[in-house]
Amino acid sequence: MSIAQEPTLTLSPGAAAGPSVTAGGTWQVHALAQGSAMKTITHLLKSLKGNPNLAWDLSAIDSMDHIGAQVFWNAWGRKRPKSLRLAPAQEEFFRRLETVGPLEVQRPRKQRLNSVMVLGFATLTFFEHLRGFVTLVGQVTQDSWRFLRNPMRGPWREISANIFHAGFQALGITALVGFLIGVVLSYLSAQQLRAFGGDVFLVNLLGMSVIRELGPLLAAILVAGRSGSSITAQLGVMRVTEELDAMLVMGISHGFRLILPKVMALAISMPLLVIWTDVMALIGGMVSAKIELNLSSQYFLLKLPAAVPLANYLIGLLKGTVFGMLIALVSCHFGLRIKPNTESLGRGTTTSVVTAITVVILADAVFAIVFNGVGFS
Amino acid sequence: MNEPLPLSCPPGTGELTLDGSVPVVEITNLWTKYGRTVVHQDLNLSIQQGEIMSIVGGSGTGKTTLLRQMLGLERPSRGCVRIFGEDISLVDSDALQQLRNHWGMLFQQGALYSALTVFENIAQPMAELKKLPPDLIRDAVLLKMNMVGLGPEQANKMPSDLSGGMVKRVALARALALEPQLLFLDEPTAGLDPDLSESFVALIKSLHRELGLTVVMVTHDLDTLFALSTRIAVLAEKHVVALGTTQELLKVDHPFIKEFFLGDRGRRALEALGIPNDGKEQH
Repeated sequence: MSIAQEPTLTLSPGAAAGPSVTAGGTWQVHALAQGSAMKTITHLLKSLKGNPNLAWDLSAIDSMDHIGAQVFWNAWGRKRPKSLRLAPAQEEFFRRLETVGPLEVQRPRKQRLNSVMVLGFATLTFFEHLRGFVTLVGQVTQDSWRFLRNPMRGPWREISANIFHAGFQALGITALVGFLIGVVLSYLSAQQLRAFGGDVFLVNLLGMSVIRELGPLLAAILVAGRSGSSITAQLGVMRVTEELDAMLVMGISHGFRLILPKVMALAISMPLLVIWTDVMALIGGMVSAKIELNLSSQYFLLKLPAAVPLANYLIGLLKGTVFGMLIALVSCHFGLRIKPNTESLGRGTTTSVVTAITVVILADAVFAIVFNGVGFS
Repeated sequence: MNEPLPLSCPPGTGELTLDGSVPVVEITNLWTKYGRTVVHQDLNLSIQQGEIMSIVGGSGTGKTTLLRQMLGLERPSRGCVRIFGEDISLVDSDALQQLRNHWGMLFQQGALYSALTVFENIAQPMAELKKLPPDLIRDAVLLKMNMVGLGPEQANKMPSDLSGGMVKRVALARALALEPQLLFLDEPTAGLDPDLSESFVALIKSLHRELGLTVVMVTHDLDTLFALSTRIAVLAEKHVVALGTTQELLKVDHPFIKEFFLGDRGRRALEALGIPNDGKEQH
């Protein structure tokens, strides 16, 4: 399968009828693309361009294809030179080039966006997303009502499958991350507290921060990365393969079968994941405290209920539910807006995860303000 | 079951053609197994230069799998596939790249890059060579588009904006971008209306004449099959049960062939093409 000969061009200036060019070798795209053949030929042809009286002889060429013919055609200024010798087989290439004539692609008009327009479009897009999101929330509310009125016909299988994927399968990663964060937090705090002789307050510090803030946030960020991306990609691929349309045609509502189960599954499994992450982070902190400050685990556990009022724990659970629902809603929102092409799928998934994490942190700030005076003893 | 020896290519079994060249595609003793299901068993097929070979068979007889094995996308369990005389499971990656530049594939669904425009889709194989100047690529792409009947005004469209027939045309233009000697077509006319599929057949015929292509085609469409193929290979009972021109196959006594070619559909297609079927039916 190797290329026999590289394409050649020979200029012989001395013939009686004037200067002539003889081409030989293989003028096929693969031969042209080998080594520096194309460069040499372009250079040679450019130097010959100004001379309309050249006689061209292509009959010695072994084999040729459309791209090879095109090289000559462009060098001749898209018309036949006055004197041309062709092999019979080559005639067809040039006849085609001749009949086709000049072909031009219309340049797509470049839109010039000035900064005001960019800002305007960004604002419009934002409101469009907001509107879509509100519609989605409304739809889920309606579907939940439908579900409550007739719970026997609800999408139980889907809910349970989603709890398994988003909840159970996330146990490993949340445990690992929670434990490590607990260790790090306890280790760093212990060093600071020891400087002030406040070793015993480690339990307060760790308990409060983990149960009220870090546990829910860590779990939410991990779930947003894990399940958020998978929900968006799943819905996106269903759009690409027209499964979403197929469901609509059969009268199966997207909201009831796809979105509601995901929202409910995350609303159920997120608080459970929050408890799990809390426990793991506290165990990590306990282990670290034992090593660093020689604080016994017994003391740690006994001190915990007094250090952290129950309200904090409940706030943490509430956060879990809200974050879970937000993640599911945001990922579904972006999943349903994916257009049937690969680029949109990639971009949609990225935007979805970034937005989900941002929304979770925003919601966390809202929680901090709303529950300002609650849960501090 | 009589298991053959493990994968090995018998050296130079190439049945030589009249001019002494090796077959373009040569498949010897090919086995394909998925788990315990045997799809191909001792399958042999050889395709000569300049042929339009059609592969037909019922669903699940592994036609597309066979095509994918010829392209090196799947490996057979046993046996060997030679393309241009080279065993594609043994060649190194450079040689495989060389081979891949010499064949084109038209996928059933087109498989256009959805993020690129029509123009960029067709230009992509040429640009990948990194040697051709941009204006040459532009001209060559527009010529290819013209060859498959697409005007330059389609160049900036995205694949998602194209109709099914247009997607096939763009995909064919892309398959032809590097002027391949060997063209694989997977159901080239499936999903096209009769008018479009007729013009597609005419297109492939003219390209075959003009470029001297060897074409390997999987199809269910009898009109396309009879209009294009120089030879037909029938896959049934896990191997090639019959191989020959339409006329030769009509004489073969095999239930699948009788059903396929001489059923109502087949007879209509044959009559339309004026191919005599001897008036002999199985009933």
